[in-house]
Amino acid sequence: MSVAKSIPHDSGPAHVSGEARYVDDYPMPANCVHLAFGLSEKSHADFTLDLAAVRAAEGVIEVLVAADLPAKNDVSPTPDPEPMLAEARVHYIGQPMFLVVADSHLNARRAARLGKVDYSEKTPLVTIDQAMAAGSRFGEAVTYSIGNAETALAAAPHRISGEMEIGGQEHFYLEGQAAFALPEEGDVRVVSSTQHPTEIQHKVAEALDKPFHAVRVETRRMGGGFGGKESQGNALAVSCAVVALRLNRPAKMRYDRDDDMVITGKRHDFRIKYEAGFGPDGKIESVIFEHFVRCGWALDLSHPVADRAMLHADNAYHLPNAKIMSHRLRTNTQSATAYRGFGGPQGIVGIERVIEDIAEALGLDPLAVRQANFYAPKGDLTPYHMEVEDSISTELVAQLAETSSYAARRVEIAEFNARSPIIKRGLSLVPVKFGISFTLTFLNQAGALVHVYADGSVQLNHGGTEMGQGLNTKVAQVAAQVFGLGVEAVKITATDTGKVPNTSATAASSGADLNGMACKDACERIKARLVEFAAEKWGGEAIFSDGQVQVGEHSMSFAELVTDAYMARISLSATGFYKTPKLQWDRVTGKGRPFLYFAYGAAVSEVELDTLSGENRILRTDILHDVGNSLNPALDIGQVEGAFVQGAGWLTIEELRWAEDGRLLTAAPATYKIPCASDIPDQLNVALWDGANLEKTIYRSKAVGEPPFVHGVSVLMALRDAVKAAGGDTGFDAPATAERLLMAMQS
Amino acid sequence: MVEFVLNGEMMQADDASMTLLDFVRLERGLTGTKEGCNEGDCGACTVQVASMEDGELVHRAVNSCILLLGQMQGKSVTTVEALGGDHPVQEAMVEHHGSQCGFCTPGIVMSLAAAHIEGRQDHADVLAGNLCRCTGYAPILRAAEAVAAQPVPQGPDEAALLEGISGAGFTELDEFADWYVKNPDAVLVGGATEVGLVLTKELKQPEKFAFLNQITALQNIEHEIGGMRIGAGVLLARVRGAMVGKYPQFAEMLRRFGSVQVRNSATIGGNIANGSPIADTPPALIALETSVTLRKGSARREILLEDFYLSYGVQDRAEGEFVESIFIPEQGDTLGVYKISKRFDQDISALCGGFNIAVSDGIVTKARIAFGGMAATPKRAKAVEAALIGQPWNEETIATAQAAFAEDYTPMSDQRGSAAYRMILVQNLLKRFYLEQTGTGRVRVVGGIS
Repeated sequence: MSVAKSIPHDSGPAHVSGEARYVDDYPMPANCVHLAFGLSEKSHADFTLDLAAVRAAEGVIEVLVAADLPAKNDVSPTPDPEPMLAEARVHYIGQPMFLVVADSHLNARRAARLGKVDYSEKTPLVTIDQAMAAGSRFGEAVTYSIGNAETALAAAPHRISGEMEIGGQEHFYLEGQAAFALPEEGDVRVVSSTQHPTEIQHKVAEALDKPFHAVRVETRRMGGGFGGKESQGNALAVSCAVVALRLNRPAKMRYDRDDDMVITGKRHDFRIKYEAGFGPDGKIESVIFEHFVRCGWALDLSHPVADRAMLHADNAYHLPNAKIMSHRLRTNTQSATAYRGFGGPQGIVGIERVIEDIAEALGLDPLAVRQANFYAPKGDLTPYHMEVEDSISTELVAQLAETSSYAARRVEIAEFNARSPIIKRGLSLVPVKFGISFTLTFLNQAGALVHVYADGSVQLNHGGTEMGQGLNTKVAQVAAQVFGLGVEAVKITATDTGKVPNTSATAASSGADLNGMACKDACERIKARLVEFAAEKWGGEAIFSDGQVQVGEHSMSFAELVTDAYMARISLSATGFYKTPKLQWDRVTGKGRPFLYFAYGAAVSEVELDTLSGENRILRTDILHDVGNSLNPALDIGQVEGAFVQGAGWLTIEELRWAEDGRLLTAAPATYKIPCASDIPDQLNVALWDGANLEKTIYRSKAVGEPPFVHGVSVLMALRDAVKAAGGDTGFDAPATAERLLMAMQS
Repeated sequence: MVEFVLNGEMMQADDASMTLLDFVRLERGLTGTKEGCNEGDCGACTVQVASMEDGELVHRAVNSCILLLGQMQGKSVTTVEALGGDHPVQEAMVEHHGSQCGFCTPGIVMSLAAAHIEGRQDHADVLAGNLCRCTGYAPILRAAEAVAAQPVPQGPDEAALLEGISGAGFTELDEFADWYVKNPDAVLVGGATEVGLVLTKELKQPEKFAFLNQITALQNIEHEIGGMRIGAGVLLARVRGAMVGKYPQFAEMLRRFGSVQVRNSATIGGNIANGSPIADTPPALIALETSVTLRKGSARREILLEDFYLSYGVQDRAEGEFVESIFIPEQGDTLGVYKISKRFDQDISALCGGFNIAVSDGIVTKARIAFGGMAATPKRAKAVEAALIGQPWNEETIATAQAAFAEDYTPMSDQRGSAAYRMILVQNLLKRFYLEQTGTGRVRVVGGIS
């Protein structure tokens, strides 16, 4: 068996030795030029440029403005325009206005600051309130509903209502955005740190007014993506390609960290207003949500992000009557973009807040309210009218409550709090149910290209990209499994639009689901030819196992079979393809089946809070997470642990702040703090749920990239529990910084 | 001309203001060392630097992105490439799935390898300066634990290599002092954790540098009669060591100051002289009644540290004058030090301060309190001190004294904390100090001294 094994990441040895190569590490030809953007200092203004000082600066070769671009000035991932270089008007502080081409990275950066810009300022719209008041939106408000939420709310025995702000999040991939382009006889080859090579190919081709086939894009690996490299790398790749063909020289561009934080989009921040009606047992009868989504200056992926937030407004709970409204607001800030969970976590925080408010109103343990509302194993409808067929929340949460000694620790914590006046502890168990599939249905397709060489070694390409999640390792395991080989017999090379075309972004947790299946398809095609060949030659059915092939009485190595097949002129290369079945979704009406299945899990976190300072620590977290039949338990646990810490960071210490004029104040690691080693729980116990995917996914596994990010919500709610124990106001916003918590306890 | 050893090979470089990171990546093609933030916050660029300290070869993990080649004179640098791929740390990282995207990994490997030489067990502290966005650290900490017991592999004989380097740059204090009087426009480089950012972020190129790190006369910690003298060039890592037995709460604060890499580069003199209102060492030092010796040419003067800070960005330092040493008078340990920041480790403080309060027979006999982050300079809370001294050490006195903070401080709001938050905090921290001195229960969630 090659699947279901804890094989280390295929790049592990290269990572630790420093040999693993990222975009900035490739040796470049000597005449390579380096690029940097000149950035807007105003968030909303018309402007004119005087670039004489930039052009005169040391090492500068040339400076381009929008009018100098050969064709389209657009890096949008949607049909909605997003100019790469501002044309006459800027819309946020950090927007690229001109492109410096210089002989070194440092000279390009230095020159980029020398532009003299005459701004004619307009009033910026920075906040949700400002955008709402000005009617500054992307499209009309969207509403999904089921039942009659208003009527049921009015009829409910109990009601709560409230409002909460949920902050955004900087991706902080350790490798900043980077790309380079090599001119190739009028065509161009681009190497990009991107989750979406095909989109880079398309944007580059449009910018050069060339057919897609003239552009080849390659991605070996990213130093982290998390959604931040789904569309945000377009501008760098396009710039490099334009300059490379213009000068007939290689061109490289990478953002310095602070530029990266100022230029690129982040997780959408939300305001969620809510009203809920419920029974005396906490059973929800009706919920009305209103999502206010700050999208920034350009549309980017905001519609599907905001949609997914709506699609997760139920989390694991059956809402018989529900109405969810969503306002997508255009502001003079960075264009918010994809980030792990893609709106889902924000939607989930909304309903978890409702659950907590209900529990507080009724004086119940929040876990009891959660359990009272879980979807039945099958048959319940979501607010978007999809039947849930695979709910395991009830059993999974029961198991986790048991293994984490939830009930006993509840009692211990109450006792601790009774005798500890300054330090208070809190505990919370929060479940997750996360929908798997791109909600833009056509994206749910993938291709793979598999070559078996005459020596029996296998080379594999698929449309997914490696950003650390171990996708290549998992897909190699799939190929090895089909051929009965060890995983070392399979080599995966860089993702390449020249090998697998028309791919979707590696996003929506879909990487292994889609590309694993496409790979399996390709491998099985080759295997079928080998089986047929073997049957003809030796008679009997070929069995592939441990690098050997058994055909009746005849036994040989895989390599021997392959060599024989080659001599017999059997094709040993195949493409594979997969499309996700059963999907049918109408995002306008909010009805249908956007997801093939759901991934489940739950986390229990215990925290300790200093009521004098708001400082806090996570003492222990227990997670039970559903990955179906795991393709690789070690990699899956790695995803769960990493996602949890990232989710906890989002809701606690990671705070994005903008000044009134739209300037990002937390635009460097000195002011924006992601978790470090000492921030993780003293005790972190992660276990995988034992159960197969009911759907026929790749070896019945489930997607794992995004769902465990939601486990961080358990930390937020445990802090709420501690604030409650301190007699504070539990209606605080996220992130729950020490300041927010201390202020909540001043009441 | 700078001479140093890189991965066992002798190097000569002309541009002393080039960063070590640019040198290894651009000049030497050693791309294993990564640029993650270019400001000393993420640790992806971590390398190991060995040098002779008091006759012993000491290995330190440092951030190469904000180290200047001028600081490397006479030192031996090891990058990830030289570990060979089979170092126990590297093998443990693979085995425990400690890398995902791999970009932070070389820096993490170098931090763990340096800690491994020292036999350190405080793995989370060792890694405070290495950010990882993928793993959530758990597997990295497992790898660190697994490797701790394994023997340290033998590297090249760095001590012998270093002997082959003849001195260059300032080594004699008097010589430097005279030179600086004549060249007062030079930028003084101690650890470059501040100056480095002037180059990498402000993109300024100062004309003249003076690298102080070879002047051993600035690097002494001396126990004199009446107190402890610390040379301006002493690394914060060593200051921490000196404080452990003496003022443990100060040492605990220093544990959270920057990161291992920062404390291995930054000097106490730099943290004091740079005059930041949120520098972490001055408040505790002021509470300890520390004085500072300033030197110009051969002339010296000694003033109280609190008097060194005149106003925002302005210190009592004449042209051509520099901080030579500080002196902490001998006293019993009655010091409480509190650092409040959004993240516990490696974060700039919202506020940081020290309470040096002695109580005798239930009456407060001494109170020196100072905070950073509460005013334009590190500043004493004299009204609070006055409200305490001579008063009974009880909750009533604390309540009165808490209110007096409003006379001492008018903090500002910024991204690290609002004015209101800072004021509540500083008042609550006096209460914390009181409870720590008098109570029995734990009153902080991290770093409490038992």
